[in-house]
Amino acid sequence: MATAGTRQLHGATFAGERVRITPPAGWFDLELKALWKARELLYFFVWRDIKIRYKQTAIGAAWAVLQPFLTMVVFSLFFGKLAKIPSHGLPYPVFYYSALLPWTYFATSMQAATSTIVDNQRVITKIYFPRLLLPISAVFSGVVDFLISFVLLLGIMLYYRMIPTLAAVWLPALLLLALLTALGVGLWLSALNAIYRDVRYVVPFLVQFWMFASPVAYPASLVPERWRWLYALNPLTGVIEGFRWALTGQGEAPDRMLAASTVAVLALLAGGLIYFRRIETTMADVV
Amino acid sequence: MSDAAIQCHELGKRYRIGERQPYLALRDLLATAWTAPLRALNGKGHRSAKRAKEYLWALRNTSFEVDRGQVVGLIGRNGAGKSTLLKILARVTRPTEGWAEIRGRIGSLLEVGTGFHPELTGRENVFLSGAILGMSHAEILRKFDEIVAFSEVEKFIDTPLKYYSSGMGLRLAFSVAAHLEPEVLLVDEVLAVGDLNFQKKCISKMGEIAQGGLTIIFVSHQMNQIRRLCERVLWIECGGILRDGSSGDVVTAYESAMSSGSYETTPGARGAQSRFYRWGIRESPLDHSNHLTTMGPVTVVFSLRVNEPVRGVQPDVGLVDRENRVMWAGSGATIDLEPGEHELEIMLPTLPLRPGSYRWWAGLSRAHGWVELWDCHPEMIVATDVYQHPNEKCSSVLNMPHEIAIHQVKGVICS
Repeated sequence: MATAGTRQLHGATFAGERVRITPPAGWFDLELKALWKARELLYFFVWRDIKIRYKQTAIGAAWAVLQPFLTMVVFSLFFGKLAKIPSHGLPYPVFYYSALLPWTYFATSMQAATSTIVDNQRVITKIYFPRLLLPISAVFSGVVDFLISFVLLLGIMLYYRMIPTLAAVWLPALLLLALLTALGVGLWLSALNAIYRDVRYVVPFLVQFWMFASPVAYPASLVPERWRWLYALNPLTGVIEGFRWALTGQGEAPDRMLAASTVAVLALLAGGLIYFRRIETTMADVV
Repeated sequence: MSDAAIQCHELGKRYRIGERQPYLALRDLLATAWTAPLRALNGKGHRSAKRAKEYLWALRNTSFEVDRGQVVGLIGRNGAGKSTLLKILARVTRPTEGWAEIRGRIGSLLEVGTGFHPELTGRENVFLSGAILGMSHAEILRKFDEIVAFSEVEKFIDTPLKYYSSGMGLRLAFSVAAHLEPEVLLVDEVLAVGDLNFQKKCISKMGEIAQGGLTIIFVSHQMNQIRRLCERVLWIECGGILRDGSSGDVVTAYESAMSSGSYETTPGARGAQSRFYRWGIRESPLDHSNHLTTMGPVTVVFSLRVNEPVRGVQPDVGLVDRENRVMWAGSGATIDLEPGEHELEIMLPTLPLRPGSYRWWAGLSRAHGWVELWDCHPEMIVATDVYQHPNEKCSSVLNMPHEIAIHQVKGVICS
């Protein structure tokens, strides 16, 4: 019987995939397996973000460098030359640029992650894929800009006849911490932004406040000793001080700060993941 | 375990009314939080009544199975729940209750060119869209030449999409989708766009795939497409399956129901002390009780609220078609009504109407006129099988199952 034959044939392929569609249930159903299966799509999203960002721009990737560079010039002039803020004895351009590098990466990635759900509204309402890929790809695609502006940092250091210390091997770990922070905040804000569009007005303020709560324009040593523990809960404190230390060897290794930061990031990330997953089930209905 | 490719069990999806419209603003939330204590003082009953109204079931109690290799069409009016059903199956949104199981690789085409970006070239978009639709990188690489050839836009494959004509973009987008090789394909009206020749090419490509055992769920408003592509059709109305059957039967019933225009609405002569406010067919499922699916017997119930005693009235009920011809009417004995909730019930052994829409009236009358008259809302949709003469000139008002036979009752007639 021909029909019976084909049925069996398909039976074999059917054993492979089976999808069960149910109402959303449980807080801890993170579907990380689906996320892993869709990792190729993550690559495509990152690739798309990078490709599109500099299409039809006059100076292309130079934008990645321009923003931290100009900020560095302004900071060196006003906070450095005029306000005479202590800088671990570093030349102001190195002091500020080494902080603005991770800071700019964090701030732009966090902002990109926040708007990613709303930006991809059309795709979200038309096809299924793990929505988590969107904020994740947003924080990954910022890494390219980071690497480009990192090259300029090496240039600035060479100009001042400095070379990165051996501690620079810690840089990838510090960058990862900045990435996870941006993702943790981005998960919260992108999900909130899908429901409450006011969030996008809040984010610029958040970025501004956060910068002054991080040792970008000043060294962490200016903060009184007894408030340091609270200060260290801001993951960017450890990251930025870590960058300065790893690159120049000046200041002290922020190991205790980093431990506190890591704990704070993991809590932020876990909460963000759970909240995002909770919103994800109805994202297509509300976005 | 059943052998079905798609299995749905009591699927339901509830939306908050307005959820799809303007997004919430944080300030609204703050405003509601601010006034919440005040509202609590106003009493609980008011609040819960309001809350019940804020939800809408777009789909409810929907169960069906689709066999492997079957091509099923979904038809129904806008807002009937077709797209909601498709979105649940495509996993774009989650159901509120019930479950569905799909066996096999799912491909969903709820839109042509999902994920296409105008700044990227045709080539880049093939890769991006393919990945979003669920193809692996290796798979796209393997099929790339075939996709481009099918789309007939080889020359422009390295041109940014924004310079494409809309037709070219659509062809490329559909080519990507047509090479998905899913086992279960969910399609939402996407063939309604693009040029005619390419449409034909896509349809035959889909037909080709279907020969290979592909299961397809297909939403369309174009009945010709449905007839040509689908063997089975589900007619969705008011969030539930109204009819399920062969595409010929269901499409015919649907078309004759839809060919009706809308009624001229007369407000009726609404009473002050007594009002009809709801009607329904008892045999029909609760959520769409304005649908008649059987020839009978039929019980129709009209709910009546009486505020002050009403003396000496006659109940009066009737049914008109879309040209306001009275199909049936009747009145009952004179009665007195006490304040409270009442139900007027009529029982008809059969109601052999042609598929279409009809409108009931329900009233209370006295010798000199109406005490209450309601032009019932919503209209009644008749969705029964069609038993009409093949020749249109002989199409009849009544629509009844029949058997026609000739029996020989006597032998040779002697002259």
